[in-house]
Amino acid sequence: MAELFIFFDQIYRILFLLIPVLVSVAMIVWLDRRVWAFVQKRRGPNVVGPFGLFQTLADALKYIFKEIIIPASSNKVIFILAPIVTMTLALIAWAVIPFSETFVLADINVGILYLFAVSSLGVYGIIMGGWASNSKYPFLGAIRSAAQMVSYEVSIGVIIINVLLCVGSLNLSDIVLAQKDLWFVIPLFPMFIIFFISALAETNRPPFDLPEAEAELVAGYQTEYSGMMYAMFWLGEYANILLMCAMGSILFFGGWLSPIDLFPFNVIPAPVWLILKILFLFILFALIKAIVPRYRYDQLMKLGWKIFLPFSLIYVVLTASFLMYFDLLPGN
Amino acid sequence: MSLIRFFKTIFMIDFLTGLIMAIKEIFKPKKTINYPFEKGSISPRARGEHALRRYPNGEERCIACKLCEAVCPAQAITIESSEREDGSRKTTRYDIDMLKCIYCGLCEQSCPVDAIVQGPNFEFATETREELYYNKEKLLENGDRWENILAANINADSSHR
Repeated sequence: MAELFIFFDQIYRILFLLIPVLVSVAMIVWLDRRVWAFVQKRRGPNVVGPFGLFQTLADALKYIFKEIIIPASSNKVIFILAPIVTMTLALIAWAVIPFSETFVLADINVGILYLFAVSSLGVYGIIMGGWASNSKYPFLGAIRSAAQMVSYEVSIGVIIINVLLCVGSLNLSDIVLAQKDLWFVIPLFPMFIIFFISALAETNRPPFDLPEAEAELVAGYQTEYSGMMYAMFWLGEYANILLMCAMGSILFFGGWLSPIDLFPFNVIPAPVWLILKILFLFILFALIKAIVPRYRYDQLMKLGWKIFLPFSLIYVVLTASFLMYFDLLPGN
Repeated sequence: MSLIRFFKTIFMIDFLTGLIMAIKEIFKPKKTINYPFEKGSISPRARGEHALRRYPNGEERCIACKLCEAVCPAQAITIESSEREDGSRKTTRYDIDMLKCIYCGLCEQSCPVDAIVQGPNFEFATETREELYYNKEKLLENGDRWENILAANINADSSHR
């Protein structure tokens, strides 16, 4: 009986996290399109529901009723598995995101490592989709995507080391609490910039949307997908973007902490601050989508390997020496 | 690479300028309209849906000269004619295949009596192809429905003809 209770308790807690995440993914798609439209002086989706908020739900409904076409020459099992893998990996990472001091689904000690591992696995969904389609453009898109995501993960990893040096713990809640006095965005500002740009590349957003460069590759790895399977890729992509924003706000903007520990700010509940920070980062994502042209492939690789990686490695040495010299190492 | 260029790249000056410009653009008035609820202005010469007009006394303008049928580059117009009891030549059949039509406006230009015209209506999408094979009744009905606007448009454009 007690086991059953724990089981249902866990299910309830997972649903309590998962459903808001899925709803906010839908809202974030709307926000993305809206910001993009506003920068171009268009109106964007504004018909379905108040301000067009339900546009994504209408789109999802449309996708559900569309036919799923599975190419005859594709590897059917992997073809069907690919969007499921993308979507699942984008969602399971949310388990370790702390929304407040107490509200975190899995408060594991290696939270940031888990987050990093899951976001690295994300590339498998794309490779599987591109390879199983057995078609030119998806394959080229998948190759590009694999190379791009692997390259930028390296610099994200090094950036995370920078933060961990200042915290002394891999637990996400500890990382947030370590920023009580000073958000890491101030001492590690160059690292935040590199993290942000790498996050753009990691989630295949413009200016690094080479895997789905529509002028060259039709739709990249998604070319052969249709109906709900396409929608799952699409939602997984946005869930990943949201996750990267959450990661950025936890690593650099003090997660659920309020900016100043003063009266009007510290009565606002903690999750609201995290959501506001995620929104801020996401609006930056959307603005950048609207203003930048796409990178050339060699420029992308050059930026990742020749600029970001050495720079963040040097910064690791700088941070370590600084902390050592002034005896600020955590745990001392 | 000059020094200024180098620092511009390092501090992402160009990118930040773009970002600030994008934020400014957000608050400027929109250039697009809320289409189904508000519509843009249409020129009197707009070449939309066809209509066959009548004289104010109800008589059909068309004299079955078949100039429009001859000039139509897409051969979308089919006309058959016969003599009426009072001796005037009238059409017995006037079909336009709106799917073949390229909306060039040559039929309107060639018409000596301003019978076949293209009105300002461009929203006549249908659910089946068959509904877009217009016959004489449909065209005359269009003419009756749009007559005020059609006459005003022809009048507005008359000085340029």
